[in-house]
Amino acid sequence: MLEIKNLHVKVGGKEILQGIDLTVNAGEVHAIMGPNGSGKSTLSYLLSGREGYEVTKGSVTYKGQDLLPLSVDQRAAAGVFLAFQYPIEIPGVTTMTFLKTALNSVRKARGEEELDAPRFLKLVREKAKPLNVADDMLKRALNVGFSGGEKKRAEILQMSLLEPTLAILDETDSGLDIDALKVVADGVNALRSPERAMIVITHYQRLLDYIVPDVVHVLSKGKIVRTGGKELAGELERTGYAEFAA
Amino acid sequence: MVAVRETVETVDKVAGEKYKYGFTTDIESERAPIGLSEDTIRYISAKKEEPQWMLDWRLEAYRRWLTMEEPAWAKVEYPPIDFQSAYYYSAPKQKAKLDSLDQVDPKLLETYKKLGIPLLEQQMLAGVAVDAVFDSVSVVTTFKEKLREVGVIFCPFSEAVREHPELVQKYLGTVVPTTDNYYATLNSAVFSDGSFVYIPPGVRCPMELSTYFRINEAQTGQFERTLIIADKGSYVSYLEGCTAPQRDENQLHAAVVELIAHDDAEIKYSTVQNWFPGDENGKGGIYNFVTKRGDCRGDRSKISWTQVETGSAVTWKYPSCILRGDDSRGEFYSIAISNHYQQVDSGTKMIHLGKNTSSRIISKGIAAGKSSNTYRGLVSVHKKAEGVRNFTQCDSLLIGDQSSAHTVPYIEAKNPTAILEHEATTSKISEDQLFYCMQRGVPAEEAVALIVNGFCRDVLQQLPMEFAVEAQKLVAISLEGSVG
Repeated sequence: MLEIKNLHVKVGGKEILQGIDLTVNAGEVHAIMGPNGSGKSTLSYLLSGREGYEVTKGSVTYKGQDLLPLSVDQRAAAGVFLAFQYPIEIPGVTTMTFLKTALNSVRKARGEEELDAPRFLKLVREKAKPLNVADDMLKRALNVGFSGGEKKRAEILQMSLLEPTLAILDETDSGLDIDALKVVADGVNALRSPERAMIVITHYQRLLDYIVPDVVHVLSKGKIVRTGGKELAGELERTGYAEFAA
Repeated sequence: MVAVRETVETVDKVAGEKYKYGFTTDIESERAPIGLSEDTIRYISAKKEEPQWMLDWRLEAYRRWLTMEEPAWAKVEYPPIDFQSAYYYSAPKQKAKLDSLDQVDPKLLETYKKLGIPLLEQQMLAGVAVDAVFDSVSVVTTFKEKLREVGVIFCPFSEAVREHPELVQKYLGTVVPTTDNYYATLNSAVFSDGSFVYIPPGVRCPMELSTYFRINEAQTGQFERTLIIADKGSYVSYLEGCTAPQRDENQLHAAVVELIAHDDAEIKYSTVQNWFPGDENGKGGIYNFVTKRGDCRGDRSKISWTQVETGSAVTWKYPSCILRGDDSRGEFYSIAISNHYQQVDSGTKMIHLGKNTSSRIISKGIAAGKSSNTYRGLVSVHKKAEGVRNFTQCDSLLIGDQSSAHTVPYIEAKNPTAILEHEATTSKISEDQLFYCMQRGVPAEEAVALIVNGFCRDVLQQLPMEFAVEAQKLVAISLEGSVG
């Protein structure tokens, strides 16, 4: 699904990623853990195609193709989804309108028929229900005045609608109390499937109690310094990142 | 900036075909002799078979105009206009007067079809009555019969002068006098046609009334005159749309619109202005110098202006309300979008004369490319106007780093009981917002349109439903090539 080889990335002239190697197969959930400033968010932005991230060396192959020449929206259409740590407010655009625009853009790019209003509405309600996203929330401007939990649920709702093949969750646990975390984690777990790969980026082990990964990587100073099974997360929780930061 | 640059390049490629109304219709026309003189005015008046009082009114305005100077206070720049090199009257040639749509030149009907105006009555299920003005004359007014049944008069201005002279004489120039300003005075002298509406007391106009303006002839100025009177307790909603062919030269459009609302009457006036804005290098386009004013003459009357301004090379326009009647209300909702080299100086005036009058101003300016977008507004409260309320909100959105937005509010309160609020914001479409939308699969240009439509939502909601959809699309079209 995703193959990253010797990836070096510069941001604002500074090398943040210094030789990442990572292979994620379909059906797998990989966790990337690491201290602040280790390059976790850089990796997620780089994969989704954000401007200002310069690849100086290495390659990223996605479904057998070079991912790097694709624009942000092309990557989205190809199935790359990023759940934001801090979802962005879009004033005046209702969540419903945004979801419809996004879904139909992606469907169009994938050569699928765009959904009309009744079919779309039915689909959204179906997907929104398990995430406790009420109609009232769908009528409000996207992320404007949303609580932390509402924002994250809206992110997972988008993911569920767009049906990505590679989902990257950037610090999805930040700003969530334990109940909200459970709802979000249930939503994510429901989307686990043999065709879908996920990369879960987190600072804390807490999230991984609910979204149990197949593989855990530790990122430090722009490199993956350790890789292990799900028990590695627990170990880190006890020892902290001190040994990697040194 | 790779994605953005690609988008800009793609758009540059299609820039030539961007203004989809830029066609001309090959149709025979008759024009007044070039230039402006008393003879030109006599020619127009004669063509319109006007009575003497109308000609005298025009000539008086013309003599006045000769003594006036072009205003220079607006934040717009353009070379001096040579008023002697334009034509002031142009009409599609017709054999005789028209009795029905069947007699209209098929080419004209074809043009309106291209513009998306459902002129033929059988297509008019939506219930919109249309008066179409082609260059200087009103070509056809649909749905006249149905309106006549309830006593509504909706006809070309020239027809009103002939058939309802008592109404025209009573109201013409009472809101925008012939002496008002340079362009309004010019219009008073040379106006060729426009629409006339009279709603009798207590009548709620059964359909939206609509006028469609189109400049077709080269070198021709368009000077239409619209007069709407809502008698006591009546209601009317009026829509106005404008387009012009794409030409290298600048063409002048100097219209005057007068609205009069008597006791308990309400007028809702909506405009979607999409005159040719000039090309991406700032060549050509319409000079849109328009005077629009409503008079809330009666108590508890209400006038509401809603405008979506996307076209014209230079816009100079301040739809205003004189709140004369006690408890009357004025509203102004505006979206002004400028791209490339367009210059907009637009806003409103709310003149509070009566007691407990209230007004609301919501202005959304969006500046892209190298354009300049100015909101200029006046809220004035006179000495005897007790209990006045005003709320003003001016939001500007900048796209790119070469556009500019300005807000110039004037507030004059001479009565201490007035409560006036003014809010203003300026923001940019953030990189974060664009990235977020694109990450969800929305291409850059569509993402900008989505964000801008969200920004304009408060105003778009004021438009009649079918117009709002069109306006949203127009917002997207006028911002093509603006990402960067």
